[in-house]
Amino acid sequence: MIQYVIRRLLQMIPILVGVTLLIFFLFTFFGEDPARVALGSHATPEKIAALRAKWGLDKPLIMQYLQFWREILTADFGRSFVSGERLSEMFKQGALVSLAVTMPPFIMGTVLNLIVAMLVAWYRGTAFDRFMSVIFTACMSVSFLVYVLLLQYFLAYKLDLFEINGFIPGLKGLPYLFLPWIILMIVHFGPDVRLYRSILLEETKADYVRTARAKGLSEKQVMFKHVLKNAMIPVMTYTVVEVPFLVMGSFVLEKYFSIPGLGDLLVSSVNTGDFPVIKGVTIMIAVAYSLFNLLTDVLYALVDPRVKLS
Amino acid sequence: MSNFSSGDAVLKVEGLVTSFRTDDGTVTALDGVGFDIGRGKTLGIVGESGCGKSVTSLSIMGLLPSGVGRIDAGKILFEGKNLATLPEEEMRDIRGNKIAMIFQEPMTALNPVFTAGEQIIEVFMTHRNMDRSAAYKAALSMMEMVKIPDPERRLEEYPHQMSGGMKQRVMIAMALACKPAVIIADEPTTALDVTIQSQILRLMQDLQKDTGTSIMFITHDLGVIAEMADDVVVMYAGQVIERADVVTLFDHPLHPYTKGLLASIPHVGQHRDKKLSTIRGSVPSLMNLPAGCRFYGRCPYRQPECEQTRPALESHKGAHEVACLFAGRIDAGEIKPNYEALGGE
Repeated sequence: MIQYVIRRLLQMIPILVGVTLLIFFLFTFFGEDPARVALGSHATPEKIAALRAKWGLDKPLIMQYLQFWREILTADFGRSFVSGERLSEMFKQGALVSLAVTMPPFIMGTVLNLIVAMLVAWYRGTAFDRFMSVIFTACMSVSFLVYVLLLQYFLAYKLDLFEINGFIPGLKGLPYLFLPWIILMIVHFGPDVRLYRSILLEETKADYVRTARAKGLSEKQVMFKHVLKNAMIPVMTYTVVEVPFLVMGSFVLEKYFSIPGLGDLLVSSVNTGDFPVIKGVTIMIAVAYSLFNLLTDVLYALVDPRVKLS
Repeated sequence: MSNFSSGDAVLKVEGLVTSFRTDDGTVTALDGVGFDIGRGKTLGIVGESGCGKSVTSLSIMGLLPSGVGRIDAGKILFEGKNLATLPEEEMRDIRGNKIAMIFQEPMTALNPVFTAGEQIIEVFMTHRNMDRSAAYKAALSMMEMVKIPDPERRLEEYPHQMSGGMKQRVMIAMALACKPAVIIADEPTTALDVTIQSQILRLMQDLQKDTGTSIMFITHDLGVIAEMADDVVVMYAGQVIERADVVTLFDHPLHPYTKGLLASIPHVGQHRDKKLSTIRGSVPSLMNLPAGCRFYGRCPYRQPECEQTRPALESHKGAHEVACLFAGRIDAGEIKPNYEALGGE
């Protein structure tokens, strides 16, 4: 197991090299000159040259690329071209805020959706099951933006139940998060429950389920022990790959609720050509994604005895 | 000679009618099936796929797919109860406890994410109210009983770590755990290699001697029937068409279908130029059954009456029963088979 994890971590190195090369060359050759963007179109060539020198953009490309790697290895990406803030601080702040938006509804939603899916699977084929299927499909058919606008308008503006503007980091910001949480949970409810339900129902057709019934086990034991443990394998695959994206936050929600998370930061830095921010965030996503893929494989081995990590 | 009328039946099935709801309407999969299983005896149920062998076993176990399959009529008598109408809760007490089942596919019939031990322990904990350590000891002795080498280690193994024969031994251990009165074995050796097959059959015979359990052995393999069964029921398109003790059935088959089945077994020493005997045609669709005898379309002995008149299962000689209008005359040699008449079918 440990050997496997080490080998997988080593395999991440070539992946990261590829990612860094891609980001570096895309921005060097196709991106706009960050100094020109920062100083505006009326800046004199001397001023631009001075800024380029200050940011190290006048050095040979190979030196710039090696510099990039030093930043990655020390987890210190320098300062933003635009605001001059330390990036490590910005990322830490942004990631925490994004996680505050996405993590609670992800955990609550996954547990809740799994419970609802088991309930629906338990009553499969009944009127309740069919009624719920209509609800799920309806939930899925409505656009994310419609939920944002309607819920903001009715719940926050008309009924004055939630705060929507003026988020501040820390506990005081909590009231501003309730509505985004509700929206994220609603958005994931339909597709998740439908998926989990079909995974569970697929498992109930397996031969081992008939064996379990033939042993005289109760329907509860059959569903919650035999079926559930098998169903957790595909459910996990689906769930764990979402985790790295949680750090990125929800760009749409962060925009509509004025929450300064990482999603918001990334989009505005693309607009301003803030190269260090884009570099840092992209690398963070690549690392997070690789790590969570590894985590999924390790979790697989824990749930499914047929999977051997070697 | 036969055990059918001896009265010492553990399980008695009478006039069983089971139907399935499908998209194209209701299909009657079993139409008046009846037989008894003698105490400590093995009843073989033979027939080709789709004849209702497995539906019979699922009906007895109360495991018909809910909302799709159901028992419309008939009785399944066991220990003074009618299993056909028994509430689910009481049925659960019987399943795996008094009547146990061994399935065809040991590869998929065991749950892949639980150890062999866990799956046997579960039976003891459910039916014997044992705690985990007592159930573990009981499971270990079951593993020894079905002659699994190194049982302590095997208990901790998952199904994918075992061979097919080993898995079927685990299934048998599970089925025998509560010393059931009846074991229903649904093609238990079909998926196994021939050498493993005979090991498993021998094991089942030995265990039957030791425990006195009755076995209902479902198979399409007449060779296995000859080796295992005391009595035989031959099924065709959802009905019993012949029943007798095994010796009588093999020596003196009465129904044209049974005759055809027995003739289609290749014999060692049989001339290789000689064509292997087959039964022409295929089983009629249960959606569209003929009004008369269900074997009419394939029967070389058929007579005009057979097309409209449905034969009932009637006693021929003593306990030998057959559902054929002309069984007596065919047996006396008065009706000869006419294969040309079937040629155009």
